[in-house]
Amino acid sequence: MNHELHNPVPIKHKYFTPGVFVLIIIALNGLVFLMGRFFFGLGAVTNLNNQYPWGLWIGVDVAAGVALAAGGFTTAALGHIMHKDEYHAIIRPALLTAALGYTFVAMGVFVDIGRWYFIWHPLVMWNGNSALFEVGICVMIYLTVLYIEFLPIVTERFIGKVNLPGFFSGLNKIVDKVLRLLDRGLSKTMFIFIIAGVVLSSLHQSSLGTLMIIAGPKMHPLWQTPVLPLLFLLSAVAVGFPMVIFESLIASRSLKLKSEMHILSKLGSMIAPLLGIYLAFKIGDMFIRETFVYLGEFNTASIMFTIEMLFGVIIPLRMFLSPKVLKSPPLLFTASALVVFGVLLNRINNFIVAYTPPYSTESYFPSFGEISVSVGFVAMLVLAYRFIVMNFPVISLPGKQIAPQSKYTIRGVK
Amino acid sequence: MSGKSRRDFLKSTALIGAGVTGLSSTAKAGPKNILSEDRMGVLVDTTVCVGCRNCEWACKDAHNLPAGNLDSYEDRKVLETKRRPDHTTLTVVNEYSPGKNSNLPLDVKVQCMHCDHPACVSACIVGAFEKHENGTVTWDTDMCIGCRYCMAACPFQVPAFEYEKALNPMIMKCDFCFERTKDGKLPACVNICPAEALTYGTRTELVKIARDRIKRNPDRYVDHIFGEYEVGGTSWMYLANKDFVELDFPKLGQKPAPGVSESIQHGIFAYFVPPVSLYALLGGIMWISKRRKELDEEIK
Repeated sequence: MNHELHNPVPIKHKYFTPGVFVLIIIALNGLVFLMGRFFFGLGAVTNLNNQYPWGLWIGVDVAAGVALAAGGFTTAALGHIMHKDEYHAIIRPALLTAALGYTFVAMGVFVDIGRWYFIWHPLVMWNGNSALFEVGICVMIYLTVLYIEFLPIVTERFIGKVNLPGFFSGLNKIVDKVLRLLDRGLSKTMFIFIIAGVVLSSLHQSSLGTLMIIAGPKMHPLWQTPVLPLLFLLSAVAVGFPMVIFESLIASRSLKLKSEMHILSKLGSMIAPLLGIYLAFKIGDMFIRETFVYLGEFNTASIMFTIEMLFGVIIPLRMFLSPKVLKSPPLLFTASALVVFGVLLNRINNFIVAYTPPYSTESYFPSFGEISVSVGFVAMLVLAYRFIVMNFPVISLPGKQIAPQSKYTIRGVK
Repeated sequence: MSGKSRRDFLKSTALIGAGVTGLSSTAKAGPKNILSEDRMGVLVDTTVCVGCRNCEWACKDAHNLPAGNLDSYEDRKVLETKRRPDHTTLTVVNEYSPGKNSNLPLDVKVQCMHCDHPACVSACIVGAFEKHENGTVTWDTDMCIGCRYCMAACPFQVPAFEYEKALNPMIMKCDFCFERTKDGKLPACVNICPAEALTYGTRTELVKIARDRIKRNPDRYVDHIFGEYEVGGTSWMYLANKDFVELDFPKLGQKPAPGVSESIQHGIFAYFVPPVSLYALLGGIMWISKRRKELDEEIK
């Protein structure tokens, strides 16, 4: 097989560029408002109130964050479970994005809940009826699984290269031994975690859709439907590969690498059917519940729904069907970015736009502080991603040497 | 391999199962009949209410909230704007224009409805809300993490959150004077009401009283007891001489608010069968694709 395609190395590049400084400023601005939230309460920084208890942080940082980290489990399913070795080069970057994405989802939850110091409560206080409980537990376990899946990258980086400073250098040999032991144990058991990761993702991606069902008539009928869990799962599966393409093209541009178009084009060719399935269910649901009548009205809901469907699903679906788009990096990037935008908008619509509480006097729009924190988190995520790919073997460089024995295969089967 | 993983899996599932049973047995002291025939409620007759707002004062007084002087509640200017219960006032009275066969304004007391099938109890991530046998829905400050899902879930948009507090913000809502009724006392608002607009009793009894009043005075009331069937029934029920939508009551169906979400939730997790089957299916696919791969390479 094309093992030479799978050759992850730490990327050598300058960390600080003008763009990175801009990101640092955005991140710091977010931190300032975060301090405001922790010292003076949610009301001081957000526009939330008793009518609109959930806003940008839940809609974007949590709901959209989880959806856009779907690249992790979709590529794991493709590469490891279906055993398509040719995609191994993109699995590690996708895994890193998922691990970072879920870390920031957890941070988003942490800052949004009023009593952040009780964030561990769901671990011991269970309510099996609550969709949110399911999401919370699944995300916690999945985050752990993602870190475990990432561990081999850490061991690979340090095995044979452990070099602790000064006093600790005596421990070098022991640490190396521990890492080797860990590596051996992980490569034997990794398939358990990989399958668990896919199962956990399917569960909480769909349960995230169950969340707003209980709001009943408070949610606009264009979005409120009992099949929301299915729609959330299908859209998460559909956005996985576009997100991988999106970030891969950005990363190779920013780090001055040759983009992996041969893999990305192939990956792109799978997106159209996935988007098509999602679109079919979305339209089917619309006709069964006869909600298309609401599209005739001219208001925020109908406009947002149309933008979401047209630019987020239909146009990119048409683009991904064209071989020309699949071969051209700018067009492939545009189509992928549209799907990412579509899912982001869908989560915003579900959690914010569709939500119309009965006694609100004015509608909710996120405050400058809320936007600062959300954008700040994205900046921090990008900075962390950049740091990690420069220090750990995540991104593959084509054509240097044969990759080490590929990991995460089922051992014991000859 | 598949044998090993299956064994591991059964083990972990058994552990989870044991955890569930162990935890639920410690958390809740035996099954409770939350829809007991003796559950209490209040019938609010809005045609009797005079809008004196004494209930607002009594409520604050009973819940140790700054209540001010009872005389200050005589100021009827407050009634010119529509208010909602919040973290400072767990119940409010709003005034509306007269209904049929009447020239007196209509006053509507608003507070938690104490649903028979409460959305907040179903939604709460940690189970901080509880529906008691006497009909009351209470909230537990020691459990709440402040996620505010109860507020998104409540069909009446009642729970309020202390947004201005950095530490220990509370979810504030009417607790049906749980501490008072435990000692055999009336809820503070019912106790103080000078017009007897509020009737405290078992829910079954109250429905009978309400039906009887409508039957005896068909000119005085619209033929609708709000809360008898709405979202599966509520402990607080209302009589009025006007369509309830005009009195800012939400238009709700008869199905309990948590019904759909709970059946989906339990469908996805029916005894962990679907997740376990998915795990087994994916394991099977992984094994087969690996095997096929190796056969391919052997042929080459």
